[in-house]
Amino acid sequence: MFAATELNRKNQRTEKLVRILFVLMAGLLILPVLIILTTLVYKGGGILSIDFLFTHPTNGMTEGGILPALLGTIWLVVVALLISVPLGIAAAIYLSEYAPDNWGTRLINLAIINLAGVPSIVHALFGLGAFVIFFEFGTSILAASLTLAIMTLPVVIVATRESLQAVPHAFREACWNMGATRWQTIRRVVLPNAISGILTGVILEVSRSAGETAPIMFTGAVFFSPFLPQGVMDQTMAMSLHLFVVSTQVPNVPEDLPYGVALVLIGMVLIMNSVSIAFRMHLRGKKKW
Amino acid sequence: MNITTKEKPVELAIQARQLNLWYGTFQALFEVDLNIKKGMITSLIGPSGCGKSTFLRSINRINERLGYVRISGRVEVFDQDIYAPEVELIQLRKQVGMVFQRPNPLPTSIRENVLFGHKLHNSKSGSRAEQDEIVESALQQVLLWDKVKDRLHHKATKLSLEEQQKLCIARLLPVKPGVLLMDEPCSALDPKGTEAVEELIWELRGKYSILIVTHNMAQARRASEECIFMLMGKVVEHSLTSQMFVTPAQQETADYIEGRYG
Repeated sequence: MFAATELNRKNQRTEKLVRILFVLMAGLLILPVLIILTTLVYKGGGILSIDFLFTHPTNGMTEGGILPALLGTIWLVVVALLISVPLGIAAAIYLSEYAPDNWGTRLINLAIINLAGVPSIVHALFGLGAFVIFFEFGTSILAASLTLAIMTLPVVIVATRESLQAVPHAFREACWNMGATRWQTIRRVVLPNAISGILTGVILEVSRSAGETAPIMFTGAVFFSPFLPQGVMDQTMAMSLHLFVVSTQVPNVPEDLPYGVALVLIGMVLIMNSVSIAFRMHLRGKKKW
Repeated sequence: MNITTKEKPVELAIQARQLNLWYGTFQALFEVDLNIKKGMITSLIGPSGCGKSTFLRSINRINERLGYVRISGRVEVFDQDIYAPEVELIQLRKQVGMVFQRPNPLPTSIRENVLFGHKLHNSKSGSRAEQDEIVESALQQVLLWDKVKDRLHHKATKLSLEEQQKLCIARLLPVKPGVLLMDEPCSALDPKGTEAVEELIWELRGKYSILIVTHNMAQARRASEECIFMLMGKVVEHSLTSQMFVTPAQQETADYIEGRYG
């Protein structure tokens, strides 16, 4: 009575097949990451040294280290974060907690979606026109970071808004009914419970800003500079652009140099990500409902 | 309809006068006239959609947040018109506390939950000793102190539902409200929890004016002194609970109590 029929067996076989297919597809995702990392380590690992990180490039960038590019990228990312994180979080708080559902709000949402879809080279030209030329910041860290900030703003806003929305509505009700204002509710209850999600957005932004080349190459990053940046009005070298330059623009670069640069760039992003992820897990461990 | 009292004039906690309320074009309350006495437990019963929760929510004006709510008439809390333009909602909500169907403790410690309202309404949150006293007094009042005094720093959300609901009541007390509104405060609890919370509500009688919305007629009968029966947005009957359940004055009330609808 309960024996499998031919149809049952056929369905079971399909089930198994489909399952294997899905597992394979998911597994494939790891492959590119593994290949990239092993290639980089294999080909560029040899050049890595303290000297490589902390000396200037020499001999037409075919020898020496990457210090100005490394510092430049840190400058660019930090300044971009300082601009986009407060701005993005404030905008997301407004959209999630205050904004009425009307055409104005919908317009803002539309703008965010569109901003996320603008190609980075267009951002680059916008940054050139707006910050370098119109505001007369010149090619500088400030102009480049502003461009990066605008480009990554949607990521911060969307991640923040979503993590604010994930805080159960009942908490807000409870606060409002006790006579809390919206801001008191946000500061004491909503934000502390959304902070881990907000950090995710920031992590994504860091990774993206550090790797972007187009938006900074017209606005603040230079091929080569013998000086380290001293402030936000200086031009600077940057890892991503340096990688592009030593890979394609300079003759007679030893093979392991570009791989070394790429390895350091990826390493920077990975280290920043892991620190933030660890921090996030620590926060999430403290939050319960 | 209202109870006639021959003795000294009773003090009133809540008065509604000709209260009409619309959600957009839908009228939810019709000419509601009620006198709810101070220090008493009054229950509001009636079938779903009869307007009892709406009435409750118009007393701390939380309805308004929906944006499409319109009212006419008057509501007074302790003889003050709460819809007057000079009324500060924050002060109103301090005076009129609300307990919800599902316990909604904040995701912080038990202690912080109790102190939350206190900290909201005072620019200085007081010394550690003062705070300790506030926490103990509030938790004592809701009969929770002995159970949780050794774990005040535990997450409030880890408590049982019954304890959470008691905590939600305790949380209102430090700001010294006069009125407690309870919207089906036991409907998420098991029978034992219901009994415990009812017991607590009975305990709070006299100190606070309590208005409970309930679907559970047995609960209205057990845990309230006066009872209001509403139907289709109108008040049908308001009398002593003991009287309403034995000799209802209106036919609709009798039908509802006997379970013919609702």
